[in-house]
Amino acid sequence: MTEAPAVSIRNVSKSFDGYEVLRDINLTVAKGEVVSILGSSGSGKSTLLRCVNWLEQPDRGEIHIGGARMGVDEHSGKPLRSRALAAMRARTGMVFQNFNLWPHFTVLQNVMEVPVHVRGVPKDQARQRAQALLDKVGLAEKAGQYPHTLSGGQKQRVAIARVLAMEPQVLLFDEPTSALDPERVGEVLAVMRDLSADGYTMMVVTHEMDFARAVSDKVVFLEQGKIIEQGDPETFFTRPRTDRVRKFLDREH
Amino acid sequence: MSNWDTVWQMRGTFLAGFGSTLLLFLVAATAGFLLGCLAIYALEGRANPGRRLLRALIDGVRMLPFLIFIYLLYYGLPALGLRLSAWNAGMAGLAIYHGAYFAEILRGARLVLPPGSLEAAYAHGYTGGKAFLRIVLPQLVMRTRGIMGNQLIMCLKDTSFLSIITVTELTAAANAVQSRYFIPVEAFVVAIALYWLLSIAIEALVRWAGRFGRQRGIEHD
Repeated sequence: MTEAPAVSIRNVSKSFDGYEVLRDINLTVAKGEVVSILGSSGSGKSTLLRCVNWLEQPDRGEIHIGGARMGVDEHSGKPLRSRALAAMRARTGMVFQNFNLWPHFTVLQNVMEVPVHVRGVPKDQARQRAQALLDKVGLAEKAGQYPHTLSGGQKQRVAIARVLAMEPQVLLFDEPTSALDPERVGEVLAVMRDLSADGYTMMVVTHEMDFARAVSDKVVFLEQGKIIEQGDPETFFTRPRTDRVRKFLDREH
Repeated sequence: MSNWDTVWQMRGTFLAGFGSTLLLFLVAATAGFLLGCLAIYALEGRANPGRRLLRALIDGVRMLPFLIFIYLLYYGLPALGLRLSAWNAGMAGLAIYHGAYFAEILRGARLVLPPGSLEAAYAHGYTGGKAFLRIVLPQLVMRTRGIMGNQLIMCLKDTSFLSIITVTELTAAANAVQSRYFIPVEAFVVAIALYWLLSIAIEALVRWAGRFGRQRGIEHD
C-alpha cells in the first residue's frame, strides 16, 4: 500500500451567504512537498487553507490529513466532537497573517503552551524544546519578553516556533509576510526556506513570487474559487498556459 | 466619659462587625467573580434559547435594586419552602448580584477581544473549554481590571445593606452602638473609616495588578 498523501482535498466547495468562494477544488499534497497557492485577493486562497484545518467548514467535499478525515467522523458521517476535532486540527499547524500570538504569555510561554497544556508534555522537556525552537528561528534571546515588544518579523518567527512545537504533519501558512514591512519579509521567508529544506510539508498562501518560484515543488493558481492552473514552478512562471496567469504574473513583476 | 471613650470600649463590637464585613466581602466577591466567569463561558457561541435566557437573567438581576433582591431571598424564599439564614441569604444575594455585574463587565470585554488569539488556539488543537480558560479569560480579566476594581468596591459597600436583614456586620455594629449610647456621629464615623480602609486596600491591590497588563502591552499608562 502506498503512503497516504499529507493532504488530500477532494471536490471541496464552500459558499458564504450564497457567494461561492471555493468551487470543486481537488488538490493533493505529498509528504515533504511545498505547495504555493497563488491568486488575487478574494480568489479563495485563504478560505481553502482555512478549510484544511476546519477553521472554515466546506459545504461539500472531503479533506484528509495523512489519510484521516478532517472534521467528520468517517463511520457515522457526523461532525467530529470537540476533542476529536482538536486532535485532528493538531495534525496541522497554521501560521497566520496577523501572527495571533497570545499577548498574555511571554515568547517562551507561547511556544511551550501547546506542548504542556494540549499535548501533556512535561514542563522541563517542553521548555528545552521551546528554547531550541526559538534558537532555530533566531530568537533565543527574546524568550522572556512579551510579544508586544517584538517587531512583526520577530512575532511571525515566534508564531512559527509555536507551530513547530506541536509537531504537526503539515504546516499551513496564510499570507505569513503580508502584514510585515518590506524590510522584515526576508527574515521570515528565510525561516520558511529552512523548514522546506528540513523536509516539512507546507501549504503556503502567498504573494511572494520569488519565494514561490524558488521553494515550491508545486504552484497552484486560484481564480474565483477554482484552480485554473497547477504545476511545477518553472513551467508555471515561464510558460503559463492561461492568459489569466500571464496577466497576473506581469502585474506582480 | 467622652463619646470616643465609649467607641473605644465598644471596639470588640466594631471589630466583630468589621470581621464579618471582610468575610462577607471576600467570599461574595470571589464567588461572584467565579459566577461571572461561568456565565460568560456559558454565553460563548451562537445565541440559542438557553443563552438568551441567561442574558435575560443577568440583565434582570442587574436591574433589580439590591435591597429588594435581598428581601426576596430572605423573606420571599421561605414562601417557596426554602429558608435561608440571614447570613446565607445575604452571602448568596451578594454573590449572585455582583456575579451578574462581573458577567456583564467580562461580556463587554469579550465582545471587543480581537478574535485572532482564540482562532490560533483552535488551530493549535485546543478544545473550547481549555481555550477559554487559558487564552480568553486571562485577557478579559487584564482588560477589565479597572472596572473590576470599581465593582469590588461596590460589592464591599453593598454588604452594608445586609444589616437590614439582621446580619451583624459593620454597619449593624455601628448602628447597635449608636442606638444604645446615642452617639450616631462617632459610631458611623468609625464605620466609615473602616469601610474606607478596606476600599483603599482593594484599590491599592487593583492598581498593583495593573502591572500585569502593562508588562504585556494589554494596558497602557
